[in-house]
Amino acid sequence: MYQLTEEESMIVDMVDRLCRDVISERAAQIDEDDKFPHDIFDLLKEQGIFAVSFDEAYGGFDTSIHCWVRIIERVARESPAVALMILINAVGTDPVVSFGTEEQKRTILTRLTAGEAKACFALTEPNAGSDISSIRTTAKKIDGGYCLNGSKIFITNGAVGDYFSVFAQVDDGIDRKPTCFIVSKDTPGLVIGRKEEKMGLRGSVTSQLFFENMVVPETSIIGEVGQGFEVAHHTLNRGRLAVAALAEGVARASLDYAANYALERVQFGRHLSEMQAIRHMIADMEVGVEAGTLLLDQAASDYQDNSKNLMKHASAAKLYCSELAVRNSEAAVQIFGGYGVCKDYPVERFYRDAKFFTIVEGTSQVQRTLVAKAVLKEHALES
Amino acid sequence: MKITVCIKSAVDTEAVVALDGQGALDSDRASYIIDPYSEFAVEKAIQLKESGAADEVSVLCIGDEASMPAMRHALAMGADAAYRVDDPLLAGSDSSALAQTLAAALRSIDCDFIMGGCKSADTANAQLMGRVSVILDMPHIGVATGVDLENGRAMVRREIDDGVELLDVALPAVVTAQQGLAEPRYPKVPDIMRSKKKPVTVWTLADIGVNVDMVGEHAAKTVTHAFKLKPERVGGRIMEGEPADAVRDTVAALYNEAKVM
Amino acid sequence: MSIWVFAELKDGAYRRVAYEMVSKARSLADERGCDVGVVVFGRAIEDPRQQLGAYGADQVLVVDDAALETYMPDAYASACVELIRAQHPEIVLFATSSIGSDLAPIVAERLDTGLVTDAVAVESVEGQLVCTRQPYSGKVLQDVVFAEQAIPHLVTVRPKTLELAIPDENRSACVLVQSVAGFGDVRQNIRDVVRKVSERAELAEADYVVAGGRGLKGPDGFKLLEGLADQLGAAIGASRPAVDDGWIDIQYQVGQTGKTVAPQLYIACGISGSIQHMAGMSASKCIVAINNDPDADIFRVADYGIVADLFDAVPLMTEEFARIKNA
Repeated sequence: MYQLTEEESMIVDMVDRLCRDVISERAAQIDEDDKFPHDIFDLLKEQGIFAVSFDEAYGGFDTSIHCWVRIIERVARESPAVALMILINAVGTDPVVSFGTEEQKRTILTRLTAGEAKACFALTEPNAGSDISSIRTTAKKIDGGYCLNGSKIFITNGAVGDYFSVFAQVDDGIDRKPTCFIVSKDTPGLVIGRKEEKMGLRGSVTSQLFFENMVVPETSIIGEVGQGFEVAHHTLNRGRLAVAALAEGVARASLDYAANYALERVQFGRHLSEMQAIRHMIADMEVGVEAGTLLLDQAASDYQDNSKNLMKHASAAKLYCSELAVRNSEAAVQIFGGYGVCKDYPVERFYRDAKFFTIVEGTSQVQRTLVAKAVLKEHALES
Repeated sequence: MKITVCIKSAVDTEAVVALDGQGALDSDRASYIIDPYSEFAVEKAIQLKESGAADEVSVLCIGDEASMPAMRHALAMGADAAYRVDDPLLAGSDSSALAQTLAAALRSIDCDFIMGGCKSADTANAQLMGRVSVILDMPHIGVATGVDLENGRAMVRREIDDGVELLDVALPAVVTAQQGLAEPRYPKVPDIMRSKKKPVTVWTLADIGVNVDMVGEHAAKTVTHAFKLKPERVGGRIMEGEPADAVRDTVAALYNEAKVM
Repeated sequence: MSIWVFAELKDGAYRRVAYEMVSKARSLADERGCDVGVVVFGRAIEDPRQQLGAYGADQVLVVDDAALETYMPDAYASACVELIRAQHPEIVLFATSSIGSDLAPIVAERLDTGLVTDAVAVESVEGQLVCTRQPYSGKVLQDVVFAEQAIPHLVTVRPKTLELAIPDENRSACVLVQSVAGFGDVRQNIRDVVRKVSERAELAEADYVVAGGRGLKGPDGFKLLEGLADQLGAAIGASRPAVDDGWIDIQYQVGQTGKTVAPQLYIACGISGSIQHMAGMSASKCIVAINNDPDADIFRVADYGIVADLFDAVPLMTEEFARIKNA
């Protein structure tokens, strides 16, 4: 497993203290209010956490993807909604990082690293979820730029975003060319729709977006016309790694709460922790957390090394950790019994939050398809 | 104006404390952090630098490699330099030997104002800095909840049993921190990254001129004879008799047995 | 040969810990066949003896000087060191008070001797002085002894840990007025002293908490608890049912969804001991439970359980504490 450098350990320790002292106190209220927690955003910004995954040239630091993944996992143990803030600032601008011009990077990334701006990744549409090739937002070439029309749904940070990575189809008369555009929030024609009332990940504001003859300049294209899905897929690897970390955090927190409760609660004259049925549940939760840690570590190393196994391993980690979070949080609620479904304890929130992870960033079904394709291809090449 | 803060790398007492087979603290299972009282002092010193009352803050620690995280933490908070005295001959040293060591190191560091924790959260001996002040022939003010530097004097607010005392003293002086002196910052990522480049000087006893006869087990004036974990709480004792009797017995037990009154 | 106690006067009277230390010094002295001397510093000290003789002191060594009117580390340390150098006590006990904790290390270093701080027990074992202290947040009991050459043995003693002897009113101590050659260069300058005004403690910080639950049967029940809390200088706490029913404000709630407290003493009145409540107070050093249901869960964690109607037991307890305090 990757060993954090001394500085990375210090960063993770600092995040751990922030979690224990501040974020843990606010987590339940953030879920209750379901409003973007600007105070927490500002705290993370002050501490320089948004800059951790970026290049030094743009105000970031010489730290690894492993460090970033550990931060997200740790924060997710208190509040996945807060961890999502960290995730989305990096994922939302990953197109710029990986395919952007120097000019785009300089303008946009330095603001992101400083926490001066928030990012969004606008790909999903009402009719295009798993099937991203069905996106219908159009980008019509006009003088000096493009005119976009269409809508997006389930966009994290939609209502607070400053930069949007928007995916649209450029129709050049011959065929439709999916293209990524970086759009800033005060662009005329960009309309932020209503906030979704969600079952979980409350505090992370999810919105619809509408583009009504939204005009963007030529310079807003990320990469090239037609490169849109390549850009999207690259970002999805990063996104999957991060969602795996989010899910691992929830899985781990579920285990911790369940184990502590089992050691306290007495029924039939014994602690729950002495009962075999409970012990088996705890064992399964633990083994899952350990397996998830290793899958996550593997995927992060692949990302770091730009390994050819990245897609398979990122998908595997996301698939496993997200389903683990659902299992572990359900087990935790079960162990808590009646108390588990009451808001006094955080496990009901873990249960509500966990379900998102098997859906966002590619459903479990999509992840299985991707893993299968990669494995079968390996075998086909061998034979 | 140069401030040196004496810090301790201490056992995290919120974590599990375990004893090994010989009845000594199981240091493998202990996790080490910067002692919180040291941290209050470091934070205050850095605030004094940020306000312009001081130019430089250094930290001094006695310890081996395991104390580096505590020192790095202080550097990441904003200290400019760190010094560490590491010598196997120090093993088994008591407070008076450690005080001799700190004093000798402080003489090698150019400083005008010395701070430290009023005690440490782990061993809580609360005598080290007082001893250091005597060896260096400097005035000592302990348990400070407020410190300002003005015109070559330290203006101190100090906690006493039934209130607060305001004093001042000419520099150089030794002042120790109590909870409430300054709320330690969480080091920011850029400061953490920058801390790597800050100088860390490691000294042996010979480097700072400490006589080996003054340190170690043979020189110790107090010796730990035994170490035991305090027994776990066992509940369930019902006080017998009529309410008046049960109440009276309980109150007596609170004074004499539980000793919480 | 003698064992000394450094006693502090507060508003003209000795603090209780002084008598505790004298009691212990007496038993140590009896074993060793030596005297107990009590050192007192101050100015215009009216009655230096008070009860010191009754608790076992032989001499009261008084240094009465303007320089010692208020505690000044340099002046007190110089006087202390001079007396010790002249008269060679074997053991000197100080209280773990703001004066004792400040003074003892300085005196120890000037005398080049050993000091054990915040002892909760001081015993003579086979002629050797063994002091017990509680480091690591009280999780560990540490026994410390002195090296032979570390004379005098200096100890600061935690108040309320040593037992008071039974006073013998027929015993008295003689007063020996001491003069000190010099108080040294007093370098600290005191500008002001602000005494704390005592008010009811904050729940989170309080050393003592009196808490009430459903058994109080209504908001008036808390008035009963206030009587006990006032007697102890305690903070008031409440379990969730009492708060939910509107009997007391939520800021007093202790538990999973309230505050977590770890006082020296937690007195739970009419509280059943649900797991949610216990989450907030199980780290208390000592728990007393008063409940008329013998099967209440709270009795499982309570160090002392009283099965009784709290409307009887609480006033009885208030009275009992008052009786002891005034004795």
